Amino acid sequence: MNQLIISAATEGEEVNPLLPNPWEMGVVLAGFAVLMYIVVKFVVPMFEKTFAERAEAIEGGIAKAEQAQAEASAALEEYKQQLTDARAEANRIREEARAEGAQILADLKAKAAAESARITEQAHAAIESERQAAVVSLRSEVGTLATTLAGRIVGEALTDDQRAARVVDRFLADLETQSAGAAK
Amino acid sequence: MIALALPAQDSGSFTPPGIDEMHLPAILPWGAYDGFSKQMLLVILSVVIIATFFILAARKQQLVPGKLQFAGEMAYGFVRNSIAKDIIGGKDFMKYVPLLFSLFFFILVNNIYGAIPLIQLPSFSHVGGAYVLAGIVYFTWIIIGIKKNGLKYFKLATVPSGVPWYILPIVVPIEIISNFLVRPVTHSLRLFATMLAGHLIVMLAGSGIEYLVMQENILLKGTSVLVLVGAIAMYMLEALIMALQAYVFTLLTAIYIEGALHADSH
Repeated sequence: MNQLIISAATEGEEVNPLLPNPWEMGVVLAGFAVLMYIVVKFVVPMFEKTFAERAEAIEGGIAKAEQAQAEASAALEEYKQQLTDARAEANRIREEARAEGAQILADLKAKAAAESARITEQAHAAIESERQAAVVSLRSEVGTLATTLAGRIVGEALTDDQRAARVVDRFLADLETQSAGAAK
Repeated sequence: MIALALPAQDSGSFTPPGIDEMHLPAILPWGAYDGFSKQMLLVILSVVIIATFFILAARKQQLVPGKLQFAGEMAYGFVRNSIAKDIIGGKDFMKYVPLLFSLFFFILVNNIYGAIPLIQLPSFSHVGGAYVLAGIVYFTWIIIGIKKNGLKYFKLATVPSGVPWYILPIVVPIEIISNFLVRPVTHSLRLFATMLAGHLIVMLAGSGIEYLVMQENILLKGTSVLVLVGAIAMYMLEALIMALQAYVFTLLTAIYIEGALHADSH
């Protein structure tokens, strides 16, 4: 340090700090030019490429995620729609079945009512005809019977009470067997 | 410092280091000037350092960066986004990123030299380099302005719109002087002067400590500690200023370019 001061003093140079050294200027200019060349040629493109790739990767990822989400929500919507449809379908079927059941029941009831009415009608008709037949046969039989009974009573001696009682019994028994035969 | 040195007659008076000591003897004596100096070696070294670092950092190109790549991207992204994009903006800021990036790291590394022990020489404490860089920037923004606006650019740059005509005779010369004459000078000297002053202060503190420690008076010797504390504080401040000046120089470049690009809207 001291030696420097001495040497500077002995040389008697007064350095003006604002006067540049042209060689130094040349070195700075050349150095900066080389640096600029390297930066323009390699550094900036490399960093920009990485930045662009990264941005693309992130944006691509976001786009992919958005797409997946859209697909998922579309699928969900579809399932919901299907579920609603299925529910509506089930309801419809149930309603139909209920209506059908009610219809069938009403039909059956109507049929049963008609059948019973028919059966009742037939029974009435049968009974009526039976009654008619019975009345007709009774009319003729009562006459015959009365005639037969009167003949028997007249033909037999009516002195014996016991006999008379027997005759009546026999008549009644005949009557019963006759009516049983008629019923057959 | 000189007042302190006065009573110490036995060890000679204190000679503060001056501007001359900024110029170390040449490594290779050469021609009329100093020849190949340490400062030139450092400038070349700075190019190697910056190029090596950023090419290594950018070489692997991974989407998920490693530590080195991350550091490189941080540094690159700082100039790209915080300076170029924020100041110049628009869609054409990318054209100027290489210049701003090169300027910032070239100046930063050359300044930080001043804070590294044994190197301790900020390259721009010699004015030549600062002139070169400011000159490059000066021509760059003028050419950009002419390319963008034609020769009308000089009118746009010197005649501010919306100023009453009777003030123009005062404003126009001021604009010419401030934009075209003073701007490159302040741009270069700001960088140079801060580096020179910082370097001088560190040198002064160093030689002051050396001188005080050699004193026989124990109290006087003790004061060297105070100088040391002050020197460390100054050293920290200088380190900050070194980074700050690189930023300021680059930021001003971006502002000048932006001004030339959008001269019609200023």
